[in-house]
Amino acid sequence: MKFTLSWLKSHLETEADLDTIVGRLTMLGLEVDGVTDRSKELAPFRVAYVISAEPHPNADKLRVCVVDTGTERIQVVCGAPNARAGLKGVFAPGGSTIPRNGMVLKPSTIRGVASNGMLCSAFEMGLSDDHDGIIELPEDATVGEPFARVIGLDDPLLDVKITANRADCLGVRGIARDLAASGLGRLKPLDTKKIPGRFASPISVAIADPEACPLFIGRYVRGVKNGPSPRWLQDRLLSIGLRPISALVDLTNFMTFDLDRPLHVFDAGKLTGGLSLRSARSGESLPALNGKEYALESGMTAICDETGVISLAGVIGGDSTGCSETTSDVFIEAALFDPVRTAATGRRLNLQSDARYRFERGLDPAFVFEAMEIATRLVLDLCGGEPGEIVVAGAEPPWQRQVALRPERVASLGGLAVEEAEIEHILTALGCGVERENGRFQVALPSWRGDIEGEADLVEEVLRIHGYDHIPVVPMSLDTALPRPALNAAQRRAGLVRRSLAERGLNEAVTFSFMSSALIGAGNQTFFGEVKPELLVANPISADLDLMRPNILPNLLSAARRNADRGYGDVALFELGPQYGDDTAGGQRDIAAGIRVGRFSVKQWNDPGRNVDVFDAKADALAALAAAGAPIENLQVTADPPAWYHPGRGGSIRLGPKTLLAHFGEIHPRFVTALDLRGPAVGFEVFLDAVPFAKSARQRPPLKLSSLQPVERDFAFLVDTSVTAEQLLRAARGVDRKLICDVRLFDVYTGVGVPEGKKSLAVTVTLQPVEATLTEGQIEAFSKTLVAQVMKLTGGVLRA
Amino acid sequence: MDELDNLRRCLLDELAGIDEPAALENLRVSALGRKSEITQRMKDLSQLDGEARKTAGQALNRLKDEIQGAIDAAQRRLAEAALERRLAGERVDVTLPVAFETTGRIHPLSQTIDEIVAIFGEMGFRVAEGPHIEDDFYNFTALNIPPDHPARQEHDTFYLPEKPDGTRKVLRTHTSPVQIRTMLTEKPPIRIIVPGRTFRFDHDATHSPMFQQVEGLVIDKKVHMGHLKGCLTEFCRAFFDVDDLPLRFRPSYFPFTEPSAEVDIGCRRSGGELKIGNYGEWLEILGCGMVHPKVLANCGIDPTEYQGFAFGMGIDRIAMLKYGIPDLRIMYESDLRWLRHYGFVPLDRPSMIGGLSR
Repeated sequence: MKFTLSWLKSHLETEADLDTIVGRLTMLGLEVDGVTDRSKELAPFRVAYVISAEPHPNADKLRVCVVDTGTERIQVVCGAPNARAGLKGVFAPGGSTIPRNGMVLKPSTIRGVASNGMLCSAFEMGLSDDHDGIIELPEDATVGEPFARVIGLDDPLLDVKITANRADCLGVRGIARDLAASGLGRLKPLDTKKIPGRFASPISVAIADPEACPLFIGRYVRGVKNGPSPRWLQDRLLSIGLRPISALVDLTNFMTFDLDRPLHVFDAGKLTGGLSLRSARSGESLPALNGKEYALESGMTAICDETGVISLAGVIGGDSTGCSETTSDVFIEAALFDPVRTAATGRRLNLQSDARYRFERGLDPAFVFEAMEIATRLVLDLCGGEPGEIVVAGAEPPWQRQVALRPERVASLGGLAVEEAEIEHILTALGCGVERENGRFQVALPSWRGDIEGEADLVEEVLRIHGYDHIPVVPMSLDTALPRPALNAAQRRAGLVRRSLAERGLNEAVTFSFMSSALIGAGNQTFFGEVKPELLVANPISADLDLMRPNILPNLLSAARRNADRGYGDVALFELGPQYGDDTAGGQRDIAAGIRVGRFSVKQWNDPGRNVDVFDAKADALAALAAAGAPIENLQVTADPPAWYHPGRGGSIRLGPKTLLAHFGEIHPRFVTALDLRGPAVGFEVFLDAVPFAKSARQRPPLKLSSLQPVERDFAFLVDTSVTAEQLLRAARGVDRKLICDVRLFDVYTGVGVPEGKKSLAVTVTLQPVEATLTEGQIEAFSKTLVAQVMKLTGGVLRA
Repeated sequence: MDELDNLRRCLLDELAGIDEPAALENLRVSALGRKSEITQRMKDLSQLDGEARKTAGQALNRLKDEIQGAIDAAQRRLAEAALERRLAGERVDVTLPVAFETTGRIHPLSQTIDEIVAIFGEMGFRVAEGPHIEDDFYNFTALNIPPDHPARQEHDTFYLPEKPDGTRKVLRTHTSPVQIRTMLTEKPPIRIIVPGRTFRFDHDATHSPMFQQVEGLVIDKKVHMGHLKGCLTEFCRAFFDVDDLPLRFRPSYFPFTEPSAEVDIGCRRSGGELKIGNYGEWLEILGCGMVHPKVLANCGIDPTEYQGFAFGMGIDRIAMLKYGIPDLRIMYESDLRWLRHYGFVPLDRPSMIGGLSR
């Protein structure tokens, strides 16, 4: 909402200066977004009279001028061709800053002649590109007067943000009213005297759809002469960026912004029969004032004459009945259109207008007849003519409401004790009727404050006018000195996983919850299953952000691709965030997912470097699971990765046969190619919510420390290539769970010395004796059992 | 005893010339071994008698001890020399570079959330969470934003497809639905903060279609706007680590609070740089207010018995302000250069006792 200071002062009698007004508006909840005040910048520049202008002794094109600034006579060297005695110009004194270039003027000597200050051009003042000569002001300009005032630039423009509840402040008068209520001046009276009609209206009004509009009035004015608006009206509109068109159009725009009262002026000569208001029918259309044609639908409120729809109520007028230069008779229409329907109509047609903006927020229901008188007076003043009688359909809807306020609620809700007399004073100033009744106020609300509904609103009104600044700052209190933990077990665990993964060299990313549905599959291949239609965003911001991600990996891999495009092909990223299985609350799961692409380590003088592989991803997944508190010893790894991994280089990690905890693997080469990624890419996904919480995390089992030295023995087995390491390790561990404390695979070998179809797996078994040191015989016996057991369970034989 | 003197001088001379352990061992054998002259002379002592034997024996023993001592000294000298040679040979170029820093970085948004939790945790708040794909009821209606409310238009909502029954899910436009979910399931007193992802149909230099908000909710019997001021003042001062940071509460409007306020913090804008502190200028940072009685009633909480406050602010925004991050959208770009520059080392977990200045 924009307006100038002088516009505001046409409604508000106040001595307050601009800064005070701006400060007060903001603290009233009418936040000032910006103030454009050219007069501040132009303040040093004043009207000066050139007493004499003599040729410069040392330069042909320069003149030595003596100027009267109103306070002193100053010598100025000037190069402008129009510098001459008798001219009134703009003088910039020493020390002032030239708006155009920011140059600070200093006393100087030009070709041997002293010069103090400068006579300025419009270019230097930042007003135009004209730098052919210095500004020439009218002869009646007063010497010493601020130059901005002389040319009308001393009217600061305010831009105020009006919150959705303050419909009453969408006109300058409403803002003035709030300022007056806050004690910053007095609201000037509005001339709403009735203008008697001199003839019966040749046009009738009727409401066919009362729910769409309770009150619809009109007035015929004949014999008007349309033309350009007077200067004051054009200036008002221009100041807020509106283009003056003609008096009849301009005055309706003015009414909208000045009094928050949109209304419409029809060219009565273009109307056929009376006006009626009804719901539009599908199939009807309206060529509107903005040059566009709108297809109407049932539910939109149409103003019609006998030919059909001529205006869309509260949204936009029709082109066929608009005023022009030749208009001689007009019909002024003012009504109360239903906010909800007006908003819905505007939304359906994607049509924003100043009228719609106000109607949908709600207009003052008691300001229709008065507005008609004001509009009539404007028409008569600007265009002449003879007014007819006002015709009325419907009636002013009942708006009178009362809300009770217990004065102590200001303190108990607002935190600030305000005296009852002050409360009463504030509410009265806001236009409320206030009566005391059993220790509470019965507050009759003014017609323009439809936003006030209950006691809490009145508390806000009192605090708002009294000043939020006065509310004391009270510290929050706790019943105990120590707070309870802020995080629950799952949240705490997520934090541990996050920081553990970062410790492993993965950088944390936060990517969109959106992804491209195209990445669910590429070509004919689907990688991440089917796109669930319920997860497709109906109004995506762009085609590549059209799906709520069912998986985090595509976003991370896309990020890797972007990094590679920038020249950083070795990427290690993880994200701890949501993925969406469906559109329910339960379908959203927090996942720890990560990728590594390119080289795991780059070559250095002591390290040849290597590429990432599936085992890096597996280690990441296990580290995340360990941080999440999963029982790592009991996890099972199986070679059954989902479709987005390399079928032979990926796996799943489970606890028991059913509880799936993680996937890991090399990303399927086809997906890597589809993303145009180079280099190997591996990834993992850990389902944090599937990791069970330890039953008692606090109490650790007792620690039994043996004083006996552990013993290590190495074994190498030849097994079929189909036998997994996990099978062999499991077989070995199972031999004696008490004695064996560790089985470590230290070698996997195929090649010379190993028959086709076989591989050699070598393990170190660590034995921890419990009661007594093991004898060679006992170790020998144990070895035999182990070899036999491994053979039984895996078919492996001890390598010679 | 010139003979012994000669032998002594002879052996010591020889010893002085030895520069390797093998030669020393040879000398030891030849000087003190079974076939050595000294041993031979010891044997020969038996042929002497009386005083002569005693005198000669003592002289021989002295010589033997002296030679043994000299050999031990030579051994130490050789070992020392050997170590010196080894050390000289083992010299490496310690300026060779090593990879000591292998950790990744924590995203500034995560770090900021941890900081927020650390501060509000001290004030007794607990972290609550909720779904991103929401019902219209939780995101709007229960928050006193009925379908035809103009405030809805300002929310620029993302929708999921319409269902056969005409309803459609929304991507939550704020974290406020978690207020509703919490109040519907828990009894007051309530003190929660809700950090999380939020979504609005907006994508330009200063808006991202996904961003992060933190919501706060306090419901109790006597909590009032003064507490709201106290709570947010302490938070902002702790978070920005400016003890005298001024806050300005301005009246504003949100459908779900009444009275409502927007909060500015002190700042200074000069030379394209923004500094947070007591400098006389203001920067809007969050919205807040007393929970609207209708919202309480919508959640089955008696507004005549309970009241409270709520607030919401952009995590991205306060992270950018605190850490001087100039661009919002790059936060979600996963640019490694950016992550490493603005990110935090993993062990740097924020806490109030450790302080929140980085």
